[in-house]
Amino acid sequence: MDSARSDSFMALKILVAGGFGVGKTTLVGSVSEIRPLSTEERLTEAGRPVDSLDGIQHKTTTTVAMDFGRITIHHDLALYLFGTPGQDRFWFLWDELAQGALGAVVLADTRRLADSFAAVDYFEHRGVPFVVAVNCFEGARSHRAEDVAGALDLDPGTPVVLCDARERESCKEVLIRLVEHAASSYEARLDANAPSS
Amino acid sequence: MTDSTPHWYDDEAGPMVRLYAMTAGRARPSSEAFDLMAVVHADSGPGPLGEGSALSPEQYAILTLCADRPRPVAEVASDSGLPLGVVRVLLSDLLAEGLIHVNRPVPPAQLPDAHILREVIDGLRAL
Repeated sequence: MDSARSDSFMALKILVAGGFGVGKTTLVGSVSEIRPLSTEERLTEAGRPVDSLDGIQHKTTTTVAMDFGRITIHHDLALYLFGTPGQDRFWFLWDELAQGALGAVVLADTRRLADSFAAVDYFEHRGVPFVVAVNCFEGARSHRAEDVAGALDLDPGTPVVLCDARERESCKEVLIRLVEHAASSYEARLDANAPSS
Repeated sequence: MTDSTPHWYDDEAGPMVRLYAMTAGRARPSSEAFDLMAVVHADSGPGPLGEGSALSPEQYAILTLCADRPRPVAEVASDSGLPLGVVRVLLSDLLAEGLIHVNRPVPPAQLPDAHILREVIDGLRAL
């Protein structure tokens, strides 16, 4: 139908997760036109010890800023990157972000691999296809991708890519690996659901 | 002394209008249609802003964005500089007035077909 152009426009969502300070903002900025996106959320019990409400007892929402970027593939197709908030107290935002996502990049720093565990667990349990991208910080010892996969106890088949979040080409490669991996995961799922005739 | 009235606040204080004043106090949209990735679009933009226009300046700005090209709810929020919750309420007003269309995102189970993913990969390589 030509009258409603939105019918033919497709927007795909990719999440960029990982620990605080691992380079999520850098990655989103390297490969897309990055812009802030803010959302206000009700303060939860989990947030209470952190967000002091002394003197502002009526404040029940807090503003969360996320990194957000658009990559235009063509007129009718665009990828949207969402940098997930790093702090644990914003976990409740992830469910909405993860719903319907094409896939996710878990950005990892080999000096602080444990910071990636939560994101890896989350995407494995939710069945969201993901790749682990190891941001190779200068001065960090380089590790082989297999060693990182072992240390993170990844399911076999989950790709691990070494990258430099500051380099556009490198970030493109990460996204390409993710989309390829998502494509094969979806294909495998379709095959598993297909009648065996 | 040229600086006459000293203000107790400065630009750092942020907007001096409470956010939900823009939505007449409503914090939840009346429609559940506005997923982050639901694509919104308007056939035509707003008329001239002025007296007689029923639209608030924020609704006006959002309708202008929607008429420019289709975009997901998250992008409307980012482009308008308004938080998602506020944008969802204002979009539901525009929807109720019949001024915009909303397409729900494709459910993940049907998503995405192989040739679209091939287009994405080719598009990324060409960036």
